[in-house]
Amino acid sequence: MSSSTPLPPIRRINTDNAPTVVDPRNDNLAAADAIAAAVAPGASDRPERMRIEDLSIAYGTKPAVRNVTLPVREGEVLALIGPSGCGKTTLLRSLNRLTELTATAVATGSITLYGENIHELEATDLRRRVSMVFQQPNPFPMSIFDNVAYAIREQASRKPNKSTLLPLVREALEDAGLWDEVGDNLDHPALRLSGGQQQRLCIARALASKPEVLLMDEPCSALDPKSTEIIEELITRLREKVAIVIVTHNLQQAHRVGDHVAFMYLGELVEYGAVEQVFNSPRAERTQNYVGGVFG
Amino acid sequence: MSTALKPPNVVHRRGKDTIKSWPLADRMAYYACWAVGIGLCFIAGTLILFMLSKGLKYVSLDLIFSNPAVGADQSQTGGFLAPILGTFILTLVGTLIALPLGVGTAIWIVEYGRPTRLARAVESGIEVVAGTPSIVLGIFGLLLFSNGIFAFMSFTALGGAVVGRSFLTAGAMMSLIALPLIFTTTREALQQVPAQVREASYALGKTKWSTIRKVLIPTARPGILTGTALGMGRIAGDTAIVVILLGATLQLEKVGSAPIVSTLRGTGSTLTSYVYNNSPAGEGNAPQKAYAAAFVLLILVLVLNFGIDLIARRSKKETV
Repeated sequence: MSSSTPLPPIRRINTDNAPTVVDPRNDNLAAADAIAAAVAPGASDRPERMRIEDLSIAYGTKPAVRNVTLPVREGEVLALIGPSGCGKTTLLRSLNRLTELTATAVATGSITLYGENIHELEATDLRRRVSMVFQQPNPFPMSIFDNVAYAIREQASRKPNKSTLLPLVREALEDAGLWDEVGDNLDHPALRLSGGQQQRLCIARALASKPEVLLMDEPCSALDPKSTEIIEELITRLREKVAIVIVTHNLQQAHRVGDHVAFMYLGELVEYGAVEQVFNSPRAERTQNYVGGVFG
Repeated sequence: MSTALKPPNVVHRRGKDTIKSWPLADRMAYYACWAVGIGLCFIAGTLILFMLSKGLKYVSLDLIFSNPAVGADQSQTGGFLAPILGTFILTLVGTLIALPLGVGTAIWIVEYGRPTRLARAVESGIEVVAGTPSIVLGIFGLLLFSNGIFAFMSFTALGGAVVGRSFLTAGAMMSLIALPLIFTTTREALQQVPAQVREASYALGKTKWSTIRKVLIPTARPGILTGTALGMGRIAGDTAIVVILLGATLQLEKVGSAPIVSTLRGTGSTLTSYVYNNSPAGEGNAPQKAYAAAFVLLILVLVLNFGIDLIARRSKKETV
């Protein structure tokens, strides 16, 4: 530092002026009608791929998601935002029935995929149609090729064989923007890739089964800014192919990639709307406080 | 940077964390660790040097590639080809039984773990087996395999009694020695696979079984191999079960004429029983041959351990 300008004083948080706790009943009441209209089936021109209707999920006696209704529409990115523990990840995981792996999870309400109740589908089929990318890059300890091919191959078999799969693997890697970097080294172990490349490999793996909906659970939170930028560009590009639901802690990210934003708080859906509306003129007071940085 | 902000009297010191600067207790602990380490190396080195000098003095290709002489004085004639083969056969039989059992049980415990009480009971059961002296396993095996229903594993003597001694019966009991080692290492290897890797597989629409076969077992392979190597070493080195369940015939005595099966149902010896029989404690009283056979056994076990270690490392390298 060459200048001798003093550092700005540390801003003290004035607890006297902190917002009083918002009464959720009044808050929701004010915004309820507008949000109900926004999540209604005909509210957008874009057709719905999935629909969450009055969904509640509890772990044992502890509720995680309460009476949430949300549409997942074709050609757009739905961003789920909210503070830690608000139920957004639980909601996301319920969309491909991963919550079922937790023994204590109990769900009521319905989730449909093209009008079909997802609980009437085979879980294995559903998860190929509604695939998922996780917070931590989690490639399998196998080659790059096998990681992507694993998603397409029949359960535990080696079929179809490598030459049949290559075009599909290549397409998935191209969609994930990774082909140029790894196309010549498909036999390399996936775990030797960088964190950002590993995450794109996981996206390629999730895209390989040509899903209708792609779920992303904070896909960039373990990555550096450059990798984050690449993946955000990827999300923006992919939305034409596949409906995307992304959970993010990062409000700027929700703003950058989201078309619609859903704000959850303590398991409830507090706000839902187009991205500009939620960030610029939120209907509920809690949304205002959250996107304004008062809490979160 | 302005001069006002410069901290005064900055002295650049080199790192000063040398042993001399440590407190007395730390220094003493440090030297004690060194002493113990060097002591252990010394003991191991002496052991191997002693075996080498004794073994190399008496071992010869002739001994390794000739069979023990039938009925003749062991100190005069014959080598130990049959015991070497016996060690290989017995180790193979024991491992082939223990490997699927150990890996399968570990998969069940870690990946399914239900019913919970049964899983706990099985885990404690395996711990009990691990702590059982092999001579107890041997005598129990003899009792068990002398039953009529197990006649197919050994052979029936002239009087009609089932002998209960064969490579199969000895191998079955030997598998109990290797089983806890294979089970424990496999269980630990599976527990080390992060939960998110399993979840990633389920999220791709894979069943539990495909996940186990295609993701979990390959990931746990180095651990499984290490456990197997340890188990094989224990089988190759065990004497009590061999003496009780394999019989003391130095030659491979076949039963029947079917290939392989005839050997497996028959009796024989291993390097350990050969060493025992030729040591001053046994009947043969040919200590030179005991030294030579012990030397060969030591080399076999060392090669086995290094070999498996190499394979385990390579399979790790391929994936990570």
